[in-house]
Amino acid sequence: MTIWPIYKREVQQYFTSPVAYVILAIFLFITGLFFYAIFSGFAQASMQIAMNPGMGRDLNVMDSVLRPLFDNMRVILLLLMPLVTMRLFAEERRSGTIELLLTYPVRDGAVLVGKYLAAMTLYAAMIGGLLAYPALLAYFARVEWGPLLTGYVGLLLMGAMFAAVGLFASSLTENQIVAAIVTFGILLSLWIIGWLAAFVSGPVGAVLTHLSILEHNDTFAKGVLDTKDVIYYVDFTALALFLALRSLEARRWSG
Amino acid sequence: MIEVQNLTKRYGPLTAISDVSFAVAPGEIVGFLGPNGAGKSTTMRILACFIPASGGSARVAGYDVFRESMEVRRRIGYLPESVPLYNDMRVASYLDFVAEVKGVPRSTRKRRVAEVMDRCRIADVQNRLIRNLSKGYRQRVGLAQAIVSDPHVLILDEPTIGLDPRQITEIRSLIKSLAGEHTVILSTHILPEVSMVCSAVVIINRGAIVAQGPIDRLVEQFFPTSRVQVEVAGPRAAVLDGMRAIRGVVNVEDSATTGDGVGRYVVESPRGRDVRGEIFQLAAQQKWSLLELRQVGMTLEEVFMRIVAGEESEASAGPTPAATSTPETLTPAVDEAASR
Repeated sequence: MTIWPIYKREVQQYFTSPVAYVILAIFLFITGLFFYAIFSGFAQASMQIAMNPGMGRDLNVMDSVLRPLFDNMRVILLLLMPLVTMRLFAEERRSGTIELLLTYPVRDGAVLVGKYLAAMTLYAAMIGGLLAYPALLAYFARVEWGPLLTGYVGLLLMGAMFAAVGLFASSLTENQIVAAIVTFGILLSLWIIGWLAAFVSGPVGAVLTHLSILEHNDTFAKGVLDTKDVIYYVDFTALALFLALRSLEARRWSG
Repeated sequence: MIEVQNLTKRYGPLTAISDVSFAVAPGEIVGFLGPNGAGKSTTMRILACFIPASGGSARVAGYDVFRESMEVRRRIGYLPESVPLYNDMRVASYLDFVAEVKGVPRSTRKRRVAEVMDRCRIADVQNRLIRNLSKGYRQRVGLAQAIVSDPHVLILDEPTIGLDPRQITEIRSLIKSLAGEHTVILSTHILPEVSMVCSAVVIINRGAIVAQGPIDRLVEQFFPTSRVQVEVAGPRAAVLDGMRAIRGVVNVEDSATTGDGVGRYVVESPRGRDVRGEIFQLAAQQKWSLLELRQVGMTLEEVFMRIVAGEESEASAGPTPAATSTPETLTPAVDEAASR
């Protein structure tokens, strides 16, 4: 398959330019700040509980530190993922390299998958760096690795969807900023839709709730692997990739 | 090697090319000529499987560009006009990437890339970032990526545009050396280049083919006579009459009369009939001073001008078609002598 050279080149491009390092550094710095704030709060609460043992019933690391951390991380990813993927096709269009790439003996699908996997590799590096926090926690407190693992599965699935949407948006335009904004717009809409659902009753409300990104992620961090949620992300990822492929083909026809 | 039949491409209401048909034999270098916007790039993009045609068909290396696009793409090397390369890659790793994508087997890839870099003379910049290369080097890297998989057919869109005269000669000799083992179709609007590099031409104007064939045959077809330019000091009427009386002369054109009774004339006679001796005898007899006597080679440039000018005067039916039709895109002949 010709996915490999495409993938390799994209990963090289991420890591030989400042892009990957800036994104990784900022992502880890901001999550670090959140971790510090949340963990300090947790430490303070523990201290108070030590003095009033009656209050400490539900206090555990997963619910009090890691889940809030994951919650905040989703927001950061909402902001950062469009920047990870915006380049993938838009830059090739702008510089014209797509003309050569699409005349090489590679199927459009292989180009798409290669680029997608490259974006996922950077994403994996981002959430891989996060493992430092539970590792640090494990030094001071008891971490439940099960819910942590499912929480990571949730993050991975959500990132997969974000990257697919971003790739699709990037295939639409030759302007990276437009690609980023469109990605952000689509993702944020899917985010907010859950809040709207609260005001809509009946089947429409149920559909809106089901479409919401938020609705499907919290369960993972609670240690629940629900097929409904897994299917939601897998479906959205597949749909976005399919649309990206169509958009690539459409570009050929319009010249 | 390349067969194009009734190819048509429309962009919405705009027709870029219509009913284009031509063929290129294996091992040939064919020049694809035309003023800017004539449809050269569109045709080449279709041949390279980048865009589909709206009608007609094209076969490259025996495969249909639309239905068997993968087979075609495996057998071509393409260089678009803008030479789009990945700016943040280094030359050697870029070529390695292209070779890998084009399916050059791992065992021979390294050697093949080194070979191509030698051939295109870019080995000395192999570790430089492509963004820092000069235009000439970029062009050569572009050519290198086209030939790295040793394709049957090369499709080169304006391979010498924007280069200095020395680089142009280098690229030309490189392209020339590719003939025989590769079939090459190259577009250009620099006409002397075509006569130097190509064995045959296809001339396209306003999206339609207006002439095609080997260069000398085209020249013969459009200029059945050979011409001699004469500069002579003598009474105009007598000179004209004298030269018209020479056997075989079909036409004498009075192209310019300068002061002091010196006139410049163009004498036409059938091909193969050299009238220079007789003109000299005539001048000697009449005691006119002969200042210049020179055979004028009819070049492709003039064929091109005549064709394109003819087309345009037909289309516009303007009052002075010949004067207005000189396409400004025609780059004057690069002075080869100066470049050596």
